[in-house]
Amino acid sequence: MSGASPAEYISHHIQNLTYGEYQDGTWGFAHTAQEAAQMGFVAINVDTMFWSLFTGILFCYLFRVAAANASIGKPSKWQLCVELVVEMVWGSVKDAFTGKNAIIAPLSLTIFVWIFLMNLMDLVPVDFIPYATQLAGLSHMKMVPTTDVNATFGMSLSIFALMIYYGIKMKGIGGFAAELAFHPFGKAFLPVNLILESVSMIAKPLSLSLRLFGNMFAGELVFVLIAALVPFYLQFILAVPWAIFHILVITLQAYIFMMLTIVYLGQAHEVHH
Amino acid sequence: MNMNLTLLGQAISFAIFVWFCLKYVWPPIIAALEAREAQIADGLASAEQGKHELENAEKRVKEILSDGKEKAQDLVSQAQKRADEIHERAKNEAVDEKVKIIASASAEIEQERNQALDGLRKQVGSLALQGAEQILMREIDEKSHRDVLNKLAGAL
Repeated sequence: MSGASPAEYISHHIQNLTYGEYQDGTWGFAHTAQEAAQMGFVAINVDTMFWSLFTGILFCYLFRVAAANASIGKPSKWQLCVELVVEMVWGSVKDAFTGKNAIIAPLSLTIFVWIFLMNLMDLVPVDFIPYATQLAGLSHMKMVPTTDVNATFGMSLSIFALMIYYGIKMKGIGGFAAELAFHPFGKAFLPVNLILESVSMIAKPLSLSLRLFGNMFAGELVFVLIAALVPFYLQFILAVPWAIFHILVITLQAYIFMMLTIVYLGQAHEVHH
Repeated sequence: MNMNLTLLGQAISFAIFVWFCLKYVWPPIIAALEAREAQIADGLASAEQGKHELENAEKRVKEILSDGKEKAQDLVSQAQKRADEIHERAKNEAVDEKVKIIASASAEIEQERNQALDGLRKQVGSLALQGAEQILMREIDEKSHRDVLNKLAGAL
């Protein structure tokens, strides 16, 4: 980005393309972080939505291709690759989830592959697509949906809802409330229990989304920093090792998100006596 | 770090993707995996069974072979025994025959000898009589001495 100072370059790269209502009542894309903040809740990060839908649809398409042509005797290479992932997910679910629920395994597969693909956008050089979209007139473009808290919270809150739903479904409202109120110290300490259990319950989706967001945001920021501060002909010295290391991070973060989802939903299914 | 409607958009798309995966991705792949697992298990089981059957067949072949050998041995020894018997019987018969032939031959010889002896005796008698006759011709009347001479011939 010629002409911009490193600070401007960096803050430009960590801002989403937000569409919402300006303070004067007209609608459009926010040009600055301040404008985006003023738009409030009724606004949408177009880049996050686009890339998350893109990766999600890519996941559905790629896996549907393998599933639709699934052959028992002569699997294609792609089918074997998909089976590898499916078996990994299935093994994790079998190990960590003791209840009976047909949704858990496909849910885990979706989480793992979708988050992996969204994280994978991090490996696309930071300026390739943003520069192209800027030429097309869009002021900002963040390609990695998981560096947007909205995306990670969108998933973790959905899982939180599932946790509450299955908690109530499996234990009944009374059982669910009793778990909140009578653990871990018994009936005499009801307020303490309530506070402790509520905090630990709310901490679950919070840690789930912030862990993913933090890791991916930090990773993206390092790429942006390298691009902002290092001359272009030397960037590869730092960017390549970081990218290779980042391959581990994006896989690991996808795996951790999936694994914790399984564990949390497993806890929601467990009936205490 | 602004929270906005993207949150809901994400949650909705998440739900749709999970539904799609649950409906169209997961079941066919798991079905294929399970079917393949079953096929492999079947294959292994039938291979095991085949091996087992082969072992049984080999055992049976061995049994049949040793049975056959035993039977052949039996047959040979029976034949041997039978041959020995036949041989023995033939020998015995031959010996019997020989004894019989010898006996009949010696009986015949005896008879012939007796006949010859008889003839000789008679001839000796008559020769002696003739000799005596001629010697006694002049001294003895034949008539009177015939009885004595006959007695003599009978005693010979």
